[in-house]
Amino acid sequence: MPTKIEKDAITGTDTTGHEWDGIKELNTPLPRWWLYVFYATIAFAAVWVVLYPALPIPGATGLTGWTARGALREELAAGSQQQQAMLARIRAATPAEVAADPEMRAFALAGGRVAFANTCAACHGAGGQGAAGGFPSLADDDWLWGGSLAAIHRTITHGVRADDDNDTHATLMPRFLADGMLNAAQVGDTAEFVLSLTGRADDAPAARRGSLLFAENCASCHGDRGQGNQEMGAPRLDDQVWLYGGDKASIVRSIAYSRRGAMPAWGVRLDPAVVNMLAVYVHSLGGGD
Amino acid sequence: MLKRFSHAIIERNVILLGVLTLITVSIGGLVQIVPLFAVETTIERVEGVRPYTPLELMGRNIYMREGCYNCHSQMVRPLRDEAERYGHYSLAAESMYDHPFQWGSKRTGPDLARVGGRYSDSWHVLHLRDPRSVVPESIMPAYGFLDRPLRYDDVADHLRTLRAVGVPYTEAMIASAVADLEAQARPERDGTAFAGRYGRARQANFDEEDGPVTEMDALVAYLQMLGTLVRFGDVTPDRVRQQ
Repeated sequence: MPTKIEKDAITGTDTTGHEWDGIKELNTPLPRWWLYVFYATIAFAAVWVVLYPALPIPGATGLTGWTARGALREELAAGSQQQQAMLARIRAATPAEVAADPEMRAFALAGGRVAFANTCAACHGAGGQGAAGGFPSLADDDWLWGGSLAAIHRTITHGVRADDDNDTHATLMPRFLADGMLNAAQVGDTAEFVLSLTGRADDAPAARRGSLLFAENCASCHGDRGQGNQEMGAPRLDDQVWLYGGDKASIVRSIAYSRRGAMPAWGVRLDPAVVNMLAVYVHSLGGGD
Repeated sequence: MLKRFSHAIIERNVILLGVLTLITVSIGGLVQIVPLFAVETTIERVEGVRPYTPLELMGRNIYMREGCYNCHSQMVRPLRDEAERYGHYSLAAESMYDHPFQWGSKRTGPDLARVGGRYSDSWHVLHLRDPRSVVPESIMPAYGFLDRPLRYDDVADHLRTLRAVGVPYTEAMIASAVADLEAQARPERDGTAFAGRYGRARQANFDEEDGPVTEMDALVAYLQMLGTLVRFGDVTPDRVRQQ
C-alpha cells in the first residue's frame, strides 16, 4: 500500500496517507485543549494513586490513610455530636418526662416521626393508620396493650410475641378448633355471640348457645361483655375496630385457629433514646390514654 | 529506531498485534484478579456467620428465581444515610457463603441486607401475597403463587454443590438436609439436632399455614435471617478492619 501524505485542498489538513479504492482519510489533529485535559487526567490519576487506596495490595491505604469505613465513622460521630446533648437527655428520661418538657417533646416528635417512617410504617402505615391483617391502627383510642406512654414504651421495647426478648408480651389465644377445645358448630355459635355484642347477630338461638361457650372459654381474657383486657392483649369485641376483620367468617377463623400477631422487639435494635422518641410520637398520633 | 515506530507496523503484523493485545488485556485482568488471591485478608474476623440452613437456601434459590435482586440490593454501603436507615454497613464476611452474592446494583425497592427480624412473619406473608394490602404506595408485584408446596427432594444436592465451591457443609448436614428443612418449618418438631448444626437459626411455621412446607415458608425463612447472623453489639472496630 503506497503511503503518500497530501494536503487536502478544501480543509488544508494533511491526509493519513492511506488510500483504499480511492478513498483517503483526513488526519485531523486532536484539539489542543482536549489533549491537555487528557494529560491532566493522567497526572491527576498519578497523584490519586499516591494519596488514596488504589493499589491492589492488601493493607495499602495511601498517604492520607483514608478509608470509606473510617470516613463513615467520622461522619456519623460529627452528625450525632450536634444532637448528642439532646439525645442524652432523652435517653436518661422516661417517656412521660420527655412528653412533659416542651423542648424535649419537640425534638422527640421530629425524631420519632423519622424513626417511625423507617421502622414502623411498613406495618402500621405511614400515618399510623394500620393495615388489614393484624396491624393495629395507632391513630385511634383503641389500644391492645395499653395506650399510656409507659405501656407504648414497653410494647416498642419488648415487642409482641418476639422470640428474641424474654419480657415480650407473650400471651397466646388457644386455637379452639385446631386444638380440639371446641367443635365446628360450637365455634360458629361462639362467633354468633361475638357478633351479638355489636348487635349484628342474626341467629338468636345460636347466639344464646354461644353466650355460654363465651363465658366458659373467652370471658376470662376478653371480659364477660367482650370489653377486652389490655393486660392480656385481648382486644375489645364490643366495638367496630377489628384487627382481622369483623365479618362472621373472619371471627370464626380467629376462634378456630387463633391469630397470634407478632411485633419485633425494638429494644435490642434501637438506641433507647430513639425508643423514647417513638413512644412519645406514637402516643401523640391518636392522643393516647 | 523509536522515531521510526508507527501504528502502521502493528497494524500490518497480525502476530505482533495479537501479542501486544494479549499483554494489554492481561494487565487489566491481573489488576482485578491478583488481589483475589489475598481475599482471605479482606474477610473480617467476625463471629456468627454460618452456612444457610436447607430451608433458607431453598428460599434463597426462590429469591434468585423470581429475580428479587433486580429491584432489591443486599448491600448497605458505608454512607451515613444508609447506615442510619438500614443499620451497620454490610461486611464481606456476611456474604462469604453466597454463591452467587446478591448485592445487586439497583434499588427500586429498599435494600434487604438487614431486613431480617424487622417485620413479623405474617407481615412478610401478607406483603408477598399482596404488597399493597400493607403498603398502599408499593409498586412491587404480588407473589401469591408462592403458597404452593416447595420441591425439596433435591436439597441435599444443593448443599453438596455449594460444598464443592467452598461452603463448609458437613457430611451430617448433607445427610440430614431434608430432615433439617422440615424441622425448621415445623416448630412443633424436636429441633435439637437441627439447632446443633445451625446454631441460632429460627424454627417457625413461617407462613402460619398447616400442611406441606411451601415456597412461602422458604422465602420468608431466608428473608428473616438476612443480616442477623453477626451481632454487631459484640463487634469492635478492630475486628471489622480489613487486613
